[in-house]
Order: sequence, then structure tokens, then C-alpha cells
Amino acid sequence: MNESRVATQPEAPPLSLPSLGEVIATHHPLDSYIRVDRFPHIWCPGCGLGIVLTAFVRAMLASGIPPEKHVCVSGIGCTGRIAGYLNLDSFHTTHGRAIPFATGLHLVRPDLEVTVISGDGDLFAIGGNHFIHAARRNLDINVICVNNFNYGMTGGQLGPTTPLGAFSTTSPHGNYEPPFNLPLLAAAAGAVFVARWTVLHARQLERAILGAMKKRGFAFIEVLSPCPVGFGKVNDVGEGVDEMWLYRRQCIVRHDAPLEELEIRLEKGQPIILGNFVDRERPVYSPLGREEDVPGD
Amino acid sequence: MRERRPRVLTGQHFMSGDHAIAEGALAAGCSFFAGYPITPSTEIAERLATRLPEVGGIYIQMEDELGSMAAILGAAWGGARAMTATSGPGFTLMMENIGLAAMTETPCVVVNVMRGAPSTGLPTLVGQGDVMQARFGSHGDYELVAYCPSSCQEAFDLTVLAFNTADLYRIPVIILADEVVGHLTEKVVIPPPEQIPRVERKAPPSGPSPHLRLYEPDDDLIPPMPPVGEGYRVHVTGLTHDERGYPATQAEAHERLVKRLCEKIRRHARAIVRYEEELTEDAEVVLVAYGCTARSAYRAIQLARERGIKVGLFRPITLWPFPEERMAQLAQKAEVVVAELNMGQMAREVERIIHKPVVRVNHPGGTILRPELILEGIMEAAS
Repeated sequence: MNESRVATQPEAPPLSLPSLGEVIATHHPLDSYIRVDRFPHIWCPGCGLGIVLTAFVRAMLASGIPPEKHVCVSGIGCTGRIAGYLNLDSFHTTHGRAIPFATGLHLVRPDLEVTVISGDGDLFAIGGNHFIHAARRNLDINVICVNNFNYGMTGGQLGPTTPLGAFSTTSPHGNYEPPFNLPLLAAAAGAVFVARWTVLHARQLERAILGAMKKRGFAFIEVLSPCPVGFGKVNDVGEGVDEMWLYRRQCIVRHDAPLEELEIRLEKGQPIILGNFVDRERPVYSPLGREEDVPGD
Repeated sequence: MRERRPRVLTGQHFMSGDHAIAEGALAAGCSFFAGYPITPSTEIAERLATRLPEVGGIYIQMEDELGSMAAILGAAWGGARAMTATSGPGFTLMMENIGLAAMTETPCVVVNVMRGAPSTGLPTLVGQGDVMQARFGSHGDYELVAYCPSSCQEAFDLTVLAFNTADLYRIPVIILADEVVGHLTEKVVIPPPEQIPRVERKAPPSGPSPHLRLYEPDDDLIPPMPPVGEGYRVHVTGLTHDERGYPATQAEAHERLVKRLCEKIRRHARAIVRYEEELTEDAEVVLVAYGCTARSAYRAIQLARERGIKVGLFRPITLWPFPEERMAQLAQKAEVVVAELNMGQMAREVERIIHKPVVRVNHPGGTILRPELILEGIMEAAS
């Protein structure tokens, strides 16, 4: 492994837990918003998706919009399973089609707060066309893309966000395709709210999701999240917690960073820029005729 | 908007088949259309882009047919009667989410105005080559209903029926029109609103409950469809699911679900099938034709009768499910001719049903089947 290409292992402090005896948690304060009867979930140890799920639920509760008016739509993949674990009206659709499904649902039911949560491959490879057009229309929905740099569900293949040089089962010699810069893409296509956080930045992520829910128009949040099984191990990032250390060491928050500078390179010393980059106004998609039948929002 | 016409345009009209489909959708209460322009179905989108906003409905032009089909499913779960319209190349793209509609039991209407195919084929000219695709186009086993109009009036009537069938059985319903019927202009009578039949979706018997079993069917094998946004906390997935709607990726759950998806239509096939007969009482030859080809077929049986051949016409209106029982009865005492604008798709199905060879009259599209050509087939069967 080329040492200069990826981050070296962080210097983790030794783990020392206070002795509490046996602690058995039987419930969690957010249980009623999660389909706990479906647990154990399918996500691997070290996966960041649980943090995204929690951040979404906490933002939902903070939004002031009753949970029955929140809807989650997802596509296919590991992130696509989030919809199924949320105890809300939730839709696990086809690969890449979460956004157009959400489009139909949102347009006939503007009283619902529709959030699409899906992965980088789902939203930007097979579903890329729908993403740019929903952003262009400035449809009043929220899109959360959990970016783990690979196709995790199918076992770690190259995707549209895999960094240059990174290894995957379908880039065994190193990836030679440049990845998308997702915040730049979203902003260029017309999104009015654009943010990037990682699952290490759980509170900032939660606040960004809340901001997206409050924002009228197409709101986009990229969330960097470890996939130790599919991506971390073959790229010398390591386990989930090691990738969290990578985020801690390399991420910097710059809300006013030029969007062109948001490319992600996991090389040592290369900063990963996070922040709430775009918050602007554009006319929100409002089809003719809707006001006659349906209460406005 | 220049004018606001009512939702149901009661009265007599001189109207194209495509426009009749659009007006049929409006009369049926369609309030959401997502589509992508494609010849020869574009006039449906154009009509609805004008008309839906007049009646408080939504027209959205999507980025492709993949998105159009996904959008109508989202709208359907939002409670709307939703439709899209396309032609062969777009129909191919829609297959993905027609499968999702079948699997998640989402009522919707998909119009395919057929043109010459395969591939880009003959964009402006007629074909009937999507018959098998309509039935088997998406992967896996499922059943749906496909109506085939032969006239502009029927285009209107069957579109109304399609919405009711979709809601009644919780299925995608296909309107398999063709370029000739779509672009034909003739008399269409639209009845007053109170005479438009309306079947509502089956609602859950009780309010939201944590124990709701979203896909627990009644005795008729059709589960009620809960509305979203009211606390039912529905989960809808294209994965094989159990009666709660939860993913259940085991063979037993898959068998239970897929068998029911097929059986809920097969069991009701008698109530669903529609057909029309002309001069079949004494027929020694039965001509099977549908869509625009049935129009040539009417002329062909007249020509044959003039020649003393006892021929009748059997016109399936539901291509799927095919009216198998009646077809088999007719074939017991008659030779069968199947005329269609493809290379023998329904002929193959008819032979499967009647257990004997049929005389095939085929053309791959680009022109109608002329009555004289069909007459040759009838004479061959009669000899």
C-alpha cells in the first residue's frame, strides 16, 4: 500500500472505561421512532449509518413537525435500509429512484415533510439524473446522501464518489476515475441548501438536517460515513473508529469554502472541508393548479 | 390560465384517442400525471398539461420515463389517482417501477400507445409489438390488467375503468393503445360526472395502530391500503415482505407474497375479463383481433360473409388477463385466425389456450393490417 496515498493510522488513545459492572440497556429514548422489532439491523460493525439514523430522528423531533407528517424515502443499498428502520411512513423504492418517487409524493402531499436518505451510488450513479433535475426544479424536499466512497451492499465496488487511487473490488489496481464533488454538483444544479458533515460531527449533522427540514426548496446534505468492510480495510483506513479518527484529524470546518475546493482526497495531510456551504433563495417548484385541491404548506 | 373547464367534459366531442385517454383520466379523478414526451403518446401529456391545472391537478414533465413511473407511484401513495403515458422505448424504461408497483401493490395507470418496434423502430407509425412486454416485461412473476381500446370512445371508457381496476385490486393497470387509435379522431361521448363509475381504494377497517399489518389481505386476497401522513407508519418496500410490510427475505415469505400477487388477479379473472363478439353464433371461423387491427377485422368479416364464409370476430378488450374461457369455447367448433401487428405474439397465447394451431396474419407494423390481407387468412382457415 502506497503510504502517501491514504492516511496513516491515527494515534488512538488507550481505551479506559470506568468500571460500571454489567449495564444492560433495554430501551432507548428514541425507540418509538425506530422499528426496534426489526433489530438486529443489517449494518456492519463500524458502519456510520446508525449515527445518521439518530441524527435524522433527533432533527425530526426538533423540527416541530409531527412525526406522522414526516416521510422518509430511500433507494437501494445499505443506506437505502434507513427507511425500513424508521418508524414513520417510509418507502424503500427501486435503485436510484428515491428522488422521483419522493417528487410524486411531495407534489400531491405538500403537507408532508419528505426526506430522501440514500447512498452515494444510488443518488449519484444510477440516480444522478433525477438528483440534478430535482435540484434544478428546486423541489421542496430534503436529500441526505450518505457517502461511504463505495458500493457497500454488494461488497465494496467502485462508485461515483470513490477517491482517485482508492482500491475497491472493481478498481483492484486503484481508481482512475475522478469522483464527483457532491456539494459543487448540488449547488451547480440548483440546490438552495448544501452542507457536508461526517458521522463524527453528529451534532452539526443533526443541526444541518434540521436546517434542511426548515428550508423551503431543495436541501442537500452529504454525510461522510465509514464503511470499514467495503472500503476502509482495503484502503488502509482501517476499522470504523479509525475512519472517525481520520475525520477528526483531517476535517476542517469552512462554511465559506469555495465549492470547487471541496474535492475529497483521503491522502495524508489533505484536508476534508466540512460546513454549511450554501443557504440561498430560489423560487420553489410550485406547479400550477396545486393550490385548488390541496392545502398549501 | 385562459379558461377553467370542468373536470368532466360532459357532451359530444370530436376527439383523438390520445385526448380521449386524457379526458378519461380526468373524468376518473386523476389528479397527477408525470410523463416524458414520446411519439405517439405525446398528445396525452400535452392535453393533461393544459387540463390538469384547470381542475387542481398536477402535471409534471419528468427527466425520463424511469422517473415518470417512480413519480406516479409516490403520488399514488400520497392518495392521488396517478397516471403516466408513453410508447415502446419509454415503456421499456418503466418496466423497472411497474415491478415495484406490482410488488408494493400500488394502484396506478400506465398508458402505452404502441408504435413500430423493437428499439426506436417506427416512432410515428403503428405497431402492436408490446403485447407480451405488457404482461411479462418486468422481472419476476406478477399479474396485472391490460386494456386494449379499438376506438376513441373506448379509449375514454377504458381509461375510466383502468383507474377503478387499479384501485380495486391495488395493481398497475396498462392501457395498451396503438398509434392508430391514439391519433384517430372520432366521436367521443363523455357522460355527466354522476354517471362516471368510481371504485374507491379499500381503506383499513380501523385507525392507525402499532399492530397494523399493511399487507394482510382480506379473503379476496387484496389488502386495504392505508393513507400516509395519518400515523399509520406504513413501510413500503420492493423487497419481499411479510404482512407487516417488513422485509422478509425467505423462501416461505416469498412464496406467500408472490403467489398472492398472482392469485389475486387469477381468482378475479372472470370479473376482470372483457371482450366483444360479432357474428360468432354460427361461426365456423373465428377471427381474433384487438386494438386498431379489430377495425380492419370488422371489414374483413364483412368481406368474408359476402363470400359465404361463416366467420365471426372475437375481440379481447382485456389482453391481460386474456378471456381464455370464451376463447376456448369458440375454438371448439371453429377454426381460429389471429390477426395482429406483430410477428405472432397473441397467436402464440391463443394456441396455448385452444390447444390447436391458428392461422396467423401478421405484419410487424408501420401500416395497418389491410382487411384484404386478413380476408386471405380467413379464407385459408375456411378451406
